[in-house]
Amino acid sequence: MRIPATAPAPGGSPSSTARVRPRRLFTWPMLIGALVTLGLVTASLFVGVYDVFGAPDGAAMFAITRIPRTAALVLAGAAMAMCGLVMQMITQNRFVEPTTTGTTEWAGLGLLLVMVLFPQAGIAAKMIAAIIAAFIGTMIFFAFLQRVTLKSSVIVPIVGIMLGSVVGAVSTFIALSTDMLQSLGIWFAGSFTSVIKGQYEPMWVVLLVVLAVFVTADRFTAAGLGEEFATNIGLDYRKVVLLGNGLIAVATGIVTVVVGALPFLGLIVPNIVSMVRGDDLRSNLPWVAMTGICIVTVCDLLGRTIIMPFEVPVSLILGVVGAIVFIALIARRR
Amino acid sequence: MITLSTVTRRYASDVAIGPVDLDIPAGGITALVGPNGAGKSTLLTMIGRLMGMDEGRIEIAGMDVSTTPSKDLAKIVSILRQENHFVARLTVRQLVGFGRFPYSQGRLTRTDEEIISRSIDFLDLTELESRYLDELSGGQRQRAYVAMILAQDTEYVLLDEPMNNLDMQHSVQMMKHLSEAAAELGRTIVIVLHDINFASHYADRICALKDGRIVRFGTPEEIMVPEILTDIFNTPIDVVDGPRGRLACFY
Repeated sequence: MRIPATAPAPGGSPSSTARVRPRRLFTWPMLIGALVTLGLVTASLFVGVYDVFGAPDGAAMFAITRIPRTAALVLAGAAMAMCGLVMQMITQNRFVEPTTTGTTEWAGLGLLLVMVLFPQAGIAAKMIAAIIAAFIGTMIFFAFLQRVTLKSSVIVPIVGIMLGSVVGAVSTFIALSTDMLQSLGIWFAGSFTSVIKGQYEPMWVVLLVVLAVFVTADRFTAAGLGEEFATNIGLDYRKVVLLGNGLIAVATGIVTVVVGALPFLGLIVPNIVSMVRGDDLRSNLPWVAMTGICIVTVCDLLGRTIIMPFEVPVSLILGVVGAIVFIALIARRR
Repeated sequence: MITLSTVTRRYASDVAIGPVDLDIPAGGITALVGPNGAGKSTLLTMIGRLMGMDEGRIEIAGMDVSTTPSKDLAKIVSILRQENHFVARLTVRQLVGFGRFPYSQGRLTRTDEEIISRSIDFLDLTELESRYLDELSGGQRQRAYVAMILAQDTEYVLLDEPMNNLDMQHSVQMMKHLSEAAAELGRTIVIVLHDINFASHYADRICALKDGRIVRFGTPEEIMVPEILTDIFNTPIDVVDGPRGRLACFY
């Protein structure tokens, strides 16, 4: 039975439809945010040791390294921040993201196994292995969460970090015994230094993940309200979790292979956005994407300039910034 | 109509629900009452397909809840469980908007927005619609959940003790809202009630459960009898004629 159009609304406003704010995508804050992001991205294009204007092959270098690096920053920043958000929605826990649930370590293990077992494997094979490993690892973590009722939400990321440490230890052991420790070390230190033309292109697949999250956003918000809530409005909770997991695994796997681990990015960005704007996932997504891009770009710019002409891996700076914000979040809760 | 035939669920060898056979007619409010552990919530949860059954069959408006796709059922029946602890920070309006998900998959149309506004108004939440749920009192939040369930615009509405955590004033308001929804919007409401006197006053039918089985089903007049209530609740209960209908006294 439908609510009749003439249904009396006790105490209601006479013009109930007038209250509906038009859902504009571009508001003033959004425009300013977009401009800041654009400014940082432009800065990323022109900051570096190599003089892209003066040198005779400046234009070529610009195309070979600066554009790919900046594109990778944008894609990785947006994707990892959004993955963190999706993960936090599904687990109903504010402290999870790919590096606090072991997902990144699993992706690293997958990558390492392919490098050890099939040294000739191309980048596509490495990525698929990383994606599969990330998916399995995340499912293990989720399965664990469903079995065990954890009293405190802070315990969840601790369990995840422990799980990640174990997987990381296995990776280190395998790397040690196969003389791959150096490759592993390079991977652990997520960095955009080596992102160059001809090697970074698979990153564009991440764009598909970003778009997919935009399209399916409401499902994750509903799943975040609980299995029963989701079922009541006709969603298959398990399918939503699988979908979210798949998207997270693809993004984490690809970013891991091309860039490396980007610690805490998926953790701090959604929390900052949620504090300011609440948790309506759909309207938050552009903000999460932009904030992710800005933070990773700022960290990378810092990494490029701090000990010029050398570079500091972006993961180092992200780790420091992220850890401080993480602790602040926990402190703020109590 | 909601039809349950030989619905059974087993937990351990000695704890079980059913077999339950029950026809809940369309329209009005049907209250599920009974002592703790009688299986009221479990039965409601099974009707709302949030929990499976071991045997038997439940049909809502002719649709089998175990085989009908969940997204089709979501347009026929809505269910609100007792505990709702949401981590996500949503505003009242955003939460109520999720009631429209079965119809618009998240892309709210103009009609959706109108229905959302009407549901919010119906529960007197107009002033609070842009507040976050964690900023509301328990009673206001409970009303927001009910507004969401009403926005889902289903003929059948299942509620599990919606007056939990509500004080007297808000409990009465909630029941009045639900009576209105049943009368004016033509909903069929099945509600688990703790307080037999609320059931006596507001329900059109009372269904009494005990030890996983239905022991009585009838109008409040038929159920509000000392011997019957004493038997259902395992405690001496008197029934007196109050100023507004029969009241159970058990203190």
